[in-house]
Amino acid sequence: MREVAVIGVGLTKFGELWDKSFRQLIAEAGSKAILDAKIEGKDINALYIGSMSSGRFVDQEHIGALVAEVSGFSQLHIPATRVEGACASGGLAVREGYLSIASGINDIVVVGGVEKMNDVGGSEATEILATASDQEWEAFFGATFPGIYAMIATRHMHEYGTTKEQLAQVAVKNHANGAFNPYAQYQSPISLESVIRATTVAYPLGLLDCSPVSDGAASLVLCAAEKAKKYTDKPIKIIGSGQASDTLALHGRRDICTLDATVYAAKMAYKQANLTPKDIDFAEVHDCFTIGEICAIEDLGFVEKGKGGKAIDNKITTLDGSLPVNTSGGLKAKGHPVGATGVAQIVELTMQLRGDAGKRQVKDGKIGLAHNVGGSGATCVIHILEAM
Amino acid sequence: MEQIGVVSYGAHIPRYRIKAEVIAAVWGKDGQAISRGLGIFEKSVPSVDQDTATISVEAIRAALKRCTLNPSDIGAIYVGSESHPYAVKPTGTIVGEAIGATPDLMVADYEFACKAGTAAIQTCLGFVKADMIDYGVAIGADTSQAAPGDALEYSASAGGAAFIIGKNNVIATINHTLSYTTDTPDFWRRAEMKYPSHGGRFTGEPAYFKHITNCATNLMTKAQTKPQDYTYAIFHQPNGKFPVNVAKKLGFTMDQVKQGLLVPYIGNTYSGASMIGLASVLDVAKPGDRIFMTSYGSGAGSDGFDMTVTNNITRLSREKAPSVAQLVADKEYVDYGTYAKMTNLLFWE
Amino acid sequence: MKEGVARFWREIPQRYNFMGNKCGTCERVFFPPRESCPYCRRKSIGNMKEIKLTGKGEVVTYTIIHVGPDDFEEQTPYPIAIIKLEEGPQITAQIVDCPLDEVKIGMKVESTFRKIQQDGHTGAIYYGYKFHKCYNNK
Repeated sequence: MREVAVIGVGLTKFGELWDKSFRQLIAEAGSKAILDAKIEGKDINALYIGSMSSGRFVDQEHIGALVAEVSGFSQLHIPATRVEGACASGGLAVREGYLSIASGINDIVVVGGVEKMNDVGGSEATEILATASDQEWEAFFGATFPGIYAMIATRHMHEYGTTKEQLAQVAVKNHANGAFNPYAQYQSPISLESVIRATTVAYPLGLLDCSPVSDGAASLVLCAAEKAKKYTDKPIKIIGSGQASDTLALHGRRDICTLDATVYAAKMAYKQANLTPKDIDFAEVHDCFTIGEICAIEDLGFVEKGKGGKAIDNKITTLDGSLPVNTSGGLKAKGHPVGATGVAQIVELTMQLRGDAGKRQVKDGKIGLAHNVGGSGATCVIHILEAM
Repeated sequence: MEQIGVVSYGAHIPRYRIKAEVIAAVWGKDGQAISRGLGIFEKSVPSVDQDTATISVEAIRAALKRCTLNPSDIGAIYVGSESHPYAVKPTGTIVGEAIGATPDLMVADYEFACKAGTAAIQTCLGFVKADMIDYGVAIGADTSQAAPGDALEYSASAGGAAFIIGKNNVIATINHTLSYTTDTPDFWRRAEMKYPSHGGRFTGEPAYFKHITNCATNLMTKAQTKPQDYTYAIFHQPNGKFPVNVAKKLGFTMDQVKQGLLVPYIGNTYSGASMIGLASVLDVAKPGDRIFMTSYGSGAGSDGFDMTVTNNITRLSREKAPSVAQLVADKEYVDYGTYAKMTNLLFWE
Repeated sequence: MKEGVARFWREIPQRYNFMGNKCGTCERVFFPPRESCPYCRRKSIGNMKEIKLTGKGEVVTYTIIHVGPDDFEEQTPYPIAIIKLEEGPQITAQIVDCPLDEVKIGMKVESTFRKIQQDGHTGAIYYGYKFHKCYNNK
């Protein structure tokens, strides 16, 4: 198996981008990554695009070929594939690109992730996101997507004494980080009180416990590590990749508070990288809701199960803590254009490992981990990156 | 003599209530005077996820919990209501499926204003008597509608009761039944109209009182009984006054009437009204008790029943489902705004 | 009217009557029924037996939905819970007829038959299970 490196990254601003279309977003992120990698169209062996629900958000399926076309590659006839795994679509696209190079089939692959969520109304966006849950046995009965994560939170509070304040602190921390990220949807800090007092969406989660509805795109250029130095001085190696699945419905799982898909995907990635959780210097985790980040740091093995809330209290995961989490602002503050998220996480790790993260740059970060979840934990994909 | 009659029974009343005075306040009326005049203090309100089908299912499931009958032995289901959720698509099919009685089953929906449920009892009785089925289910249930501000708004409520009719383990034998029917337009709802219309005071003497009195008198003549022969008497109860007045006129006492009189606390449940009254009586009835019931449906007609409670009632697990008294007591009040939302008064699209 | 009715009609045995199934090898019960047992896999194929569940259980976790889908908007705020059924499977359903502050983990509940959704004002009505506190707390 060949080693794979990231040689280029590209990101659009995340947010309510009323003047940008789905096509413009992905073309912008893609061309930024291609220019960053200093490659040309003819160097690209394949495209992998992650998008959760372009069909319902912008009435457009068949977006693999569309992305190739809007990126200016229609005359190159590049193989282009769309990858879907709900909110993990982006991370899965990264993994597909990674596997295609590691297998020896491709040398250079462009990975993209995109979602244009604000072209539908708010309640329709909620309905579309609920398709990531079990439509027949959860959503049909009135469970919303925030409601499903809220049920994880209620159980976590019951079993481990996690508090609403600890959940809120996740949002406060991620907004503080987002303030240093020029691409973030929210670039201003928020107070603990404002999170706790925010209007309830699904008890115990309030509006500021939830990631926003966002437009945005992200892109990467992946390259066989042996050829990476030809394009960049600072290639970032993917040293571990893991993926796992679980039941679509939360109620079908072994334990309500544990995302087993995270546990298994992490095990796979750690094993490949020959690392333990202690070796990770910083991480981007899937905080679509504040409780998501608490479960993530537990399930990734950073802290013991049930101690996630305490870890937040002890400021372990802040920018200057021992394990900074979501330096980009996370899904919470950076924004969560669903299909783009998993790709954007790798963009953030790459910027950090290159030392290009500006005011949010972590100190001595050598190894970073990205954790991307689909649905309430039915899909999880994890990547571990290291500077070469 | 072969015993045919009620094998088991169950009732359902939605949990929400609105007080008559709360409705009166919205329209600038004197609530206490209205309550006194109608003999109704509060009425049940269905939540947005309840309709005649769900109430019917809850009522028959309660009846099945009380006995050991296998639902596949049920040969017929007739659901009487003036608020079937579909104009075309039988409520009875939903009920049959929900209790596991399908597919070898006769089903039809009935409409005869407030007496459609008792008409269903007569149908089942006939089928059992003719040996065409072993058990039949008769249900009367409604989520009745009243136009905002109409006099009916103080009474139109929701609830229902179900009776399994058969000839084995009969808890109350139906000794006699008959009906009294004429063409009397006292109350109606035209097709595709949301709310009913009524003839005001015409609904009283020539309608309710004439039909119930004649039906009751004819029944006692046929059964060779007098009011004093009955432990309990149940009359259709569109308000708290009519059933008490008609009972007195016929020679019944309040002691005989009160167990089956629920309208002051739950309002008029239309097809469910006399049926819930009967369920309430069966909640407390003892072997040997004799029950007299006369329903009334606008349009107009009355169905009369003469019943005798048997020893089997002591073997029915009545405690396995909530009694009518428990259903009446388990309540939560709503304000007019919530009531309007729940009963779809605020519909727009 | 926007939905095809068949996909809802197909689920009637589950949604009205809790028809689940049981692995003939390990005796684990599934709801909704599964084609095969995820624990016994090939040993369970052709050995899954249909069973009717009681519809009684206990609240494992819950939420109160304040921002609901369009079909549920007029019911907000409403509780949704994961319920562990007596026979073992867990399901997601709405809790009704219960003051919001009384919904608790560990609460014993039983099923009630309710309208779940309807396809607008002209389409079909879809019925199914919701849960309420057990009658007499049993």
